[in-house]
Amino acid sequence: MPQPTSLISSDPAPKDNAHRSLATFMSDYGIVVAFIVLCAVLSVVSPYFLGVNNLLNVLRQVSINGVLAIGMTFVILTRGIDLSVGSVMAFAAMVAASFAGTSAGYPLILPILLGLGAGLALGCVNGVMVARFAIPPFVMTLGMLSMARGLTYIYSDGMPISSLSSSFLWLGQGMVAGIPVPVLLFAMVFALAWFTLRYTAFGRYVYAVGGNPAASRLSGIDVRRITFAVYAISGILCGLAGLMIAARTSAALPQAGVAYELDAIAAVVIGGTSLAGGKGRIVGTLFGVLIIGVINNGLDLLGVSSFYQQLVKGAIIVVAVMLDRSRLSNA
Amino acid sequence: MSSPLLLHAESIAKSFSGVPALVDGSLALRAGTVHALCGGNGAGKSTLLNVLMGILKRDAGTIRMEGREVQFDDPHDALNAGVAIISQELEPVPDMSVAENIYLGREPRRRFGLIDHRAMREQAAELLESLGLNLAPDAKLGSLSIADMQMVEIARAISRDARVIIMDEPTSAIGERETELLFTAIERLKARGTGIIYVSHRMNELYRIADDYTIMRDGAYIESGAMADIDRRRLITTVLGKELDEEFAKFNAPGDNTLLEVDGYSRGSAFRDVSLHLKSGEILGIFGLMGSGRSEFLDALFGASPADQGEARLDGNNYRPCRPADAMRAGFAYVTEDRKGSGLVMDASIKRNVTLASIPEVARSGLISEPSENRATLPFVDKLQIKASSVDMPVKQMSGGNQQKVVLAKWLQTDPRILMLDEPTRGVDVGAKREIYAFMSEFARDDRAIIMTSSEIPEVLGMSDRVIVFRKGRVSGELSGDELTQENLVRLSS
Repeated sequence: MPQPTSLISSDPAPKDNAHRSLATFMSDYGIVVAFIVLCAVLSVVSPYFLGVNNLLNVLRQVSINGVLAIGMTFVILTRGIDLSVGSVMAFAAMVAASFAGTSAGYPLILPILLGLGAGLALGCVNGVMVARFAIPPFVMTLGMLSMARGLTYIYSDGMPISSLSSSFLWLGQGMVAGIPVPVLLFAMVFALAWFTLRYTAFGRYVYAVGGNPAASRLSGIDVRRITFAVYAISGILCGLAGLMIAARTSAALPQAGVAYELDAIAAVVIGGTSLAGGKGRIVGTLFGVLIIGVINNGLDLLGVSSFYQQLVKGAIIVVAVMLDRSRLSNA
Repeated sequence: MSSPLLLHAESIAKSFSGVPALVDGSLALRAGTVHALCGGNGAGKSTLLNVLMGILKRDAGTIRMEGREVQFDDPHDALNAGVAIISQELEPVPDMSVAENIYLGREPRRRFGLIDHRAMREQAAELLESLGLNLAPDAKLGSLSIADMQMVEIARAISRDARVIIMDEPTSAIGERETELLFTAIERLKARGTGIIYVSHRMNELYRIADDYTIMRDGAYIESGAMADIDRRRLITTVLGKELDEEFAKFNAPGDNTLLEVDGYSRGSAFRDVSLHLKSGEILGIFGLMGSGRSEFLDALFGASPADQGEARLDGNNYRPCRPADAMRAGFAYVTEDRKGSGLVMDASIKRNVTLASIPEVARSGLISEPSENRATLPFVDKLQIKASSVDMPVKQMSGGNQQKVVLAKWLQTDPRILMLDEPTRGVDVGAKREIYAFMSEFARDDRAIIMTSSEIPEVLGMSDRVIVFRKGRVSGELSGDELTQENLVRLSS
């Protein structure tokens, strides 16, 4: 270990600046560089890639996974995991859709609140069980993955709900100033999450609890409350994603969102957030989401079969983590 | 030097991205001796040991074992050549038995590659017996004390025919009785011709068991010789490179106000019926062996695991902490004995750790900014002389002494009145120790006070105004003034 010798001063240390800044840049923005390189390659091999319509299409496609991945980032930062996001999203979509039919005639706010509420409620169940009863997050949310799916089938009797009101469909298909509404929702959630993690006391608590729960507790932090809160956040974001997916596909399907947790976790991991907790950034998750979206889109444009897409996506996750590891050990 | 050199490292150099951590590491270990490797933080001890263990590749220099030049590319090479390390962080498999841990990866086999459990158990029993250890080979490692786990690590090193055993702060996590066991084991190892490189910040231990010493400073070899030829004062000044003032800088004086009264505190079998009081301006020592309930008592006073009987009064008012936040509001701060486990977020930066216990105060209307964090952190970094290149440096890259100062800074940030220190200088080098002592004296004035537990007798005697002795979860006596002697401490605690 190189031992620092100088006392801290408010002046930045002049030594080693060039070397350090490149290393810092790569560790901070390596994922951005990877994203740009990926886009550059795709724009060369496919003339359609850089088209405005295609780019908006990519953003629209990633926004649902994006919202889930942001909730997942909070959970993973506290050393947890939420495997139930796909099922909870499907349940919330079903609840919302059942109050959004053209014939029912409820005001738009009702399905929105009920959808968000359904997600939040299941998220709170996860939170209570993990934080209060110390059920390991993997086990609890694996159970919830199945329970929420079951609830979805029970609630819908296994039937999709379609013919949704046009005002509800706007949430998934509308545009504001030429930008799709789901993209705007994702952008808002991202901005809120970024701000929360960076500037609020709660954000600091999330990192502290993930970094060392024992030290956090002894520093007066209510570790249980923070743990509960991240699952609740993930739950309400599942609710939002549920609204978005039902509105985008014009229907709530009981089998919607199967395996969505994998893409959400993949985005978080590609984004450099450590599964061991305490380390990671929401900006990383954003780029993780974009990288997955661009890869899917690019492979689509190139006419690669979806079978291969799975293979490529999985390989990229592993390589991303591998690069991250080697970067850390060289640092 | 009569006996042949077992391990001889000469002029080892190692740099990290251009920054030299070790410029001239040298060490000559004789067979059948204990060799103390001394140096402050940043002296290059760990770098040298890591090179010897094959964890780091050296840039220059030679290593010879019994005269033959060797090249270790990874820890495996070093182990195969007979160099083993017993480190501060033990890495046992808690759910496996003692025997399984000793022979992990080298289990005796029967036909078809099946593990011969019986042979393994018998060999383990024989080995433990030869070391004078009273441990069952079938016991789950996780059920043993830290000291016993350490003994198992030593047994493992010996079972690998280790000729050289590196012990890095082996006593930092164990009690007095266990230390004696360790020393007995070391004597046996010496008799077998094993060479031991011993690193410890505890001077008493070095003088008790080391035969030779090597002093390093600023990454370079300074001098070596026989332990018998160097006195304590010269050893310390050579390690530090400068003369030192009085070891225990102590200039606080207890006042008349009673700050805290504890009456009949009990919790389960951890401690029973503990009563004591604390005066303003006082440093109250709590002395007891490992497992005497002293740390558990502090946990209870801090609300980390509340007492189930008894009561406490702070300034005459009832004080009943149910969680750490209650204790903090009442003005308590608690530096635990386990810095890595419960003191610091190791991956986080200095400033994130310093502000950890005062996030709401650092945040204005719920929001935190980098400038406000820096403003909150820098004064304490200066005050405690924390050495680091910036407040954004992760604490895991810091030395033990500086890490401990970060924990202290975290608590100073909360402006406490009663500071509880559990083993305040564990794993801290001599220089930083003195700074911490000076800090303690300065803290304990006006209406503030310190409760300190320690298993280092000189520290307890040097820093406490009064000492409460714990034995088996109960208070066995109180000492102050002339009664404060090593003999009395030992008598009351055992």
